[in-house]
This record gives sequence, C-alpha cells and structure tokens, in this order.
Amino acid sequence: MDEIAISSFWVYFASEPLLWLVLTLATFLCAQWISRKAGGTPLLHPVVVTMALLIGLLLLTDTDYDTYFDGAQFIHFLLGPATVALAVPVYDQLPLIRRLLLPVVGACLTGTLVAASSAVGITLLLGGSEELVRAIAPKSVTSPIALGIAEQIGGQPSLAAGLVLVTGVIGCQLAPLVFRLLGQQDPAVQGFTLGLAAHGFGTAWAFQMSAMAGAFAGLAMALTGVFSSVLVPVVVGLVL
Amino acid sequence: MLLGFLILLLCQLTGELLMMTLGLPIPGPVAGMLILFVGLLLYGSVPRALRVPAEGLIRHLSLLFVPAGVGLIQHFGLIAQEWLVILLTLISSTFVALFVTALVFKALHPSSSGETRDG
Repeated sequence: MDEIAISSFWVYFASEPLLWLVLTLATFLCAQWISRKAGGTPLLHPVVVTMALLIGLLLLTDTDYDTYFDGAQFIHFLLGPATVALAVPVYDQLPLIRRLLLPVVGACLTGTLVAASSAVGITLLLGGSEELVRAIAPKSVTSPIALGIAEQIGGQPSLAAGLVLVTGVIGCQLAPLVFRLLGQQDPAVQGFTLGLAAHGFGTAWAFQMSAMAGAFAGLAMALTGVFSSVLVPVVVGLVL
Repeated sequence: MLLGFLILLLCQLTGELLMMTLGLPIPGPVAGMLILFVGLLLYGSVPRALRVPAEGLIRHLSLLFVPAGVGLIQHFGLIAQEWLVILLTLISSTFVALFVTALVFKALHPSSSGETRDG
C-alpha cells in the first residue's frame, strides 16, 4: 500500500518539469561544494560531477532524456543570452586588445584552425564515424557556441557538449606540460592559450593563476567562438 | 536589470533573424554577441542595467551547459564504439592546439621575453 503511494507520488513528480529543474540546480550546488573541498582540480569540475550524478540518477530511475529536458530546458534556454553577454567582458578588455591586436588575432586564427582541423583530421585518420567528426569539430569552442556550431554542421549538440567538456579537462591537464616544453611563463600567453584550447575550463583555471591570465583567457574564449562559427563549418565542409 | 536582460534577448533575436535572412552559417547568439559589441562601441560604455545581468549569466556559465551535457546519455552507443578514437583525438588535437597557439602568440608578442610587464 505504502509502496504504491510512494511510486504514484514519484510517477507524478518525475513527469513534472519542476522536479528536474530543482534537481539540476541542487546537484550543481552540491558539486560546487565538492569541487571546492577537493581544491578545484579540473577532474572534479562541478559540471563534470553534476553530469555524472544526473546521468546516474536518470539511469537509476529509468527516466528518459526528454522528460529530464522538459525541466532542464529553462536552464538551457539561458545559454543564448549568456553567449550574447560575452560581448561585455570583451568590450572591457578593448584597450588591451588594441595594444596586442596582432598576437591576439594571429594566434586566435591559427589556433582556431589548428584546433578544428586537427580534431577533424585525426578522427578521420583513426577511422572515426562521420557522426563523430561533426560533433568533435567544435571541441575547443565554449559550449554555448559549440552547440550552435554543431547544430549548424549537422552534428548532435548533446554529443558535442560532452566532447567539449572532456576537452576542457584534458586541456587543463596538458597545459602545464606544454608551457614547460616551450619555456613559457608569460601570463598573457598562458591565459590566452588556455582560453583558446580549453574554453571555459581553461579560463577558470587561468583566473586561478592570475587576474591577467584570466582576462586573456576570457578574451581568447570569446574570439575563438566567433572565429570558429565561421571557420569550423568551412573545415568540415572541406572534408565531408 | 530587466532592461539589460531585454537588451540581451533583443540582440539574440536580431542576430537570429539576420542570420536566417542572410543565410549565413553563424549561430544566432554569436551574431547577437557581435551586434551587442558594436552597440557598446557606439554607446561608449557598458550601462549598469546591462552589466548586472551580463556578469550574472557569465558567472554561472558552466551551470548552463549541464542540460545539454546530460544528453550524453543518448550517445552511449557511439561512445562505447568509438571511445578510443575520441580519447586519442581529443588528447592529441588539444596538445597541438595549445602548442601552436602559445608559439604563435609568443612570436607575435611585441615584448615576448617572458617578462610580465602588465603584472
């Protein structure tokens, strides 16, 4: 009797958008707490932890993604205005951008091209499927923009979002090695490189190193988004 | 705050309409970002009403990609089949991207001696 009551209660709420909206927010706040306790390592990034917990919960309760998204779409919707809002920090850094226009534009153009073409090229070389190529091409681009690009080139946005997240984690692990190899200690160069190759993850990481590295990372993330939305469809169009 | 949020949404709407009309491959929100950037250049500063919602959204940017990320649950089949390709590609491509970007930025940097002039 009790069991029936509980399960019908669950069935009712599990189909309500509010439940999954609340669970997404609550899980994220818990994950932020865990990440702070663990000293901010990119492996335990709040987004990675939240995704793992929510996917586990969906599997446990046998809930399909569409039901989950009915609630979570209210958070997802804010990606659009948040992308538009990136214009504000870029505008704030305008004097710095003017002074370093050549390295900023030059490194961003080459970096964006290398990131996209190597992702596409290596995937094809290793025998990856076309579906994977279309989702992996925008892997270095900040998620809101990567989702838009993936949709544009016929890739699965949710697969692209996952690959973007993994790229962020990998970028933060590899960056110290690359900087050591190049003997690179300039915070402007380090921040810019992190923002370009590892988007928001790299930017958060750069802000932990110094405010200047963070500013350059944010700039790189925004510019890479803009350049990529033009260049990635071209790169993919060339090979597929 | 509300006015700022309206500005963000209007830029996105204009961006989406513009890209649809012109048939360009730029996502609407990115076009919206460019429109807002030009608007800020013309206006000459960031209005307070806009800065509050903009910085609020950016501070919590990572939360916003959770719903799409959970969608990975729909791709377990592809991941199970191609996880090695995915992992090798992401590691090698990210390494190359980091390496080349740092190299090019340093080469074009006017004071590229590794010193931290701007502190």
